[in-house]
Amino acid sequence: MVTANIQVSETPLVLYALRRADDALILGHRLSEWCGHAPMLEEDMALSNIALDLIGQARELYSYAARVEGGGNDEDKLAYLRDVRQYRNLLLVEQPNGDFAQTLVRQFFYSAFADLYWRAMVTSRDTTLAAIAAKSEKESAYHLRHSSEWIIRLGDGTDESHQRAQAAIDHLWAFTGEMFAVDDGERALIHAGIAIDPGALRGRWLTTLSDVVGEATLNLPQADWMQQGGRAGRHSEHLGHLLSELQSMQRTFPGQTW
Amino acid sequence: MVTVLERDSELRRRAWDAAASVVDPEIPVLTIADLGVLRDVVVDGDHVEVAITPTYSGCPAMNMIALEIEIALERAGFRGPRIRTVLSPAWTTDWMSEEGRQKLRGYGIAPPQAASSRRALFGAQAVACPHCGSEKTELLSEFGSTSCKALWRCKACREPFDYFKCH
Repeated sequence: MVTANIQVSETPLVLYALRRADDALILGHRLSEWCGHAPMLEEDMALSNIALDLIGQARELYSYAARVEGGGNDEDKLAYLRDVRQYRNLLLVEQPNGDFAQTLVRQFFYSAFADLYWRAMVTSRDTTLAAIAAKSEKESAYHLRHSSEWIIRLGDGTDESHQRAQAAIDHLWAFTGEMFAVDDGERALIHAGIAIDPGALRGRWLTTLSDVVGEATLNLPQADWMQQGGRAGRHSEHLGHLLSELQSMQRTFPGQTW
Repeated sequence: MVTVLERDSELRRRAWDAAASVVDPEIPVLTIADLGVLRDVVVDGDHVEVAITPTYSGCPAMNMIALEIEIALERAGFRGPRIRTVLSPAWTTDWMSEEGRQKLRGYGIAPPQAASSRRALFGAQAVACPHCGSEKTELLSEFGSTSCKALWRCKACREPFDYFKCH
């Protein structure tokens, strides 16, 4: 039995909320894959806690997207009944967990951005987005502190942990440019005071990264070529595999509830 | 007219007391009023609406709390109560009552510090041990058994303890 994908009327505001919701859901799902597998119990709990925060943020954003759209969609349909090409998340967050260093570098790149982003979004003229931002920025501060401490511990640790952390930074770097890019629809929201310009945050984001990476005795790559596509639905092969697990229950037993 | 107003305010007090009796399922010494999760109770005729605010975005206790409020209000004689979730203003541990802080300490959980310490990077905080009161403590993990707690250890009495994170 196969459930048909839903259709979403992607007005700029719906698309805006969907993009942030998809970032949070996919990264939260990736972190949940560590549950029961993390190198120590404290980290198992930490990664699951961060996953829970992100999935909570995703729920608020999906619900808002569904309300703005005003059709028959809801948070569950948006999460479970869209296919790969309908997902709008950053390529960064769908990258596989890899080793522990890769998971923490991915988290560090994202959290350093999310922390600045949600803090700035508190001033949005859209009261729902401002309220979601006010909750998310508090959570992001903890996520950033957690991943920063790990980057330092791994980079300034053993030869092995240093080499793995540097490899993760080099590997994931090309996926960071997408965080700061906007399209015409989003630019209109920025002009209207509903969204903020992520490009304006890049300098401070780099400062956060340089401080932590420097203390970790690691290096940021000089390469400036960046891979994009996630925001427009062009994803790496990894997202399809992730969704097949995330959506398997609703795809197999349509409409099933607890 | 006066009697109607008096009746409404009496009803609201009863509804508030019923809702305020609900405890956090993870920290049963704290009521939702102690936590600051209970924001408002509105009585309009026979209808009652309770506004609550989530602690953390993904806190799984919120569904349980909403259900418990409905049960408490039904028991107090209010039919079909409505629960409304409000996000703004965002919940903060600054709303936790002094009584709530004392209850937490008595339960073995260090109460949250002032919100300004949230952005202090790299563990620059001093949390007193809820067991022996010593400030010689260390952070074991930024994330504990629930979203709202971190795991600490006392170097004086050697006991591990939960710290309710400021938020």
